Amino acid sequence: MSKNKMPLWEVFIQPKTGVQFQHAGSLHASDKEMALQNARDLYTRRQEGTCIWVVKAEHIVSSNSEDREPFFDPADDKVYRYPTFFKVSKKAKGL
Amino acid sequence: MDKDDLFKYVLALGDDALILGQRLSEWAYKAPFLEEDIALSNISLDMFGRANLYLEYATSLNGCDTTADDLAFKRNEREFTNHLLCEQPNGNFADTMVRQFFLDVFNKLFLEKLIESNNSQLSAIAQKSIKETTYHFRHSSKWIIRLGFGTPESHTKVQSAINNLWLFTEELFEMNKNDIQIADQNIGVDCRELKPAWNNTVNNILAEATLNRPEDGHMITGGRQGIHTEHLGHMLSDMQYLQRAYPDAKW
Repeated sequence: MSKNKMPLWEVFIQPKTGVQFQHAGSLHASDKEMALQNARDLYTRRQEGTCIWVVKAEHIVSSNSEDREPFFDPADDKVYRYPTFFKVSKKAKGL
Repeated sequence: MDKDDLFKYVLALGDDALILGQRLSEWAYKAPFLEEDIALSNISLDMFGRANLYLEYATSLNGCDTTADDLAFKRNEREFTNHLLCEQPNGNFADTMVRQFFLDVFNKLFLEKLIESNNSQLSAIAQKSIKETTYHFRHSSKWIIRLGFGTPESHTKVQSAINNLWLFTEELFEMNKNDIQIADQNIGVDCRELKPAWNNTVNNILAEATLNRPEDGHMITGGRQGIHTEHLGHMLSDMQYLQRAYPDAKW
């Protein structure tokens, strides 16, 4: 089986119940079940996760490098958008 | 309960895990693709971990100061009592997956029963191992279906692996006098009772994979008596080389 015949998948791991999934890496697999199993074997060997998402890389829509200025530069003078003006409750966890 | 009888029983379970683990480790850096390479190595390490638990427990039963390493690396071929299926060569990927599939189905049923053992050590080992084996079964059974459904070539290869390994499956359900005695005391498992469920799962997966179950013909047994196929000796010469050449070497 040649690996370049198998599609690329992106793997997201949820480290703990309730927290957000984080991108862990990518892998090759021929079907959903293989992608899930490979993700388990590649990215959760050291108890990194409690849940796995896999998604075909072709289904991810990415912005381009030429989008960078119009997308991101307008935010650079808007400090009021940072939440640092609020006091964080001691009870709030997982922020 | 005679400790020596229990020793033999536990040793055989340890040998099954050790020999299969060693076989799987031979795939490291040679698997068809990187992801599967790591999957096979993971399963191999699970089997080595299990072998260690059984062999450590065995050393506590035999009254000598042998270690688990002594049992693994300083016994000869005829002293190993693993099932013959565990020692069969990796062959092609389909051969390895069929061997794994047959054993995973068996181990799952075996461990589910061993959990109920009134021997707390064996029950604890089974509780830990069943989770691993449940995953191994998921991995190997999906591969059987994938290969059966895959290309004409993969279908042919997986069918011929099934045909070639079939004659080693009967041994899994064999019980010698010692096994029967230990099962009768609710310490061990009566493997004869596992066969209908094994048949059922194997039949279902093979049917789903559009593969044929071979007719039961000539069956080979003898592993539990230390009578092995020609492959075990070669494997041990590899596995035991370092301890044989440099006794008690540590790193």
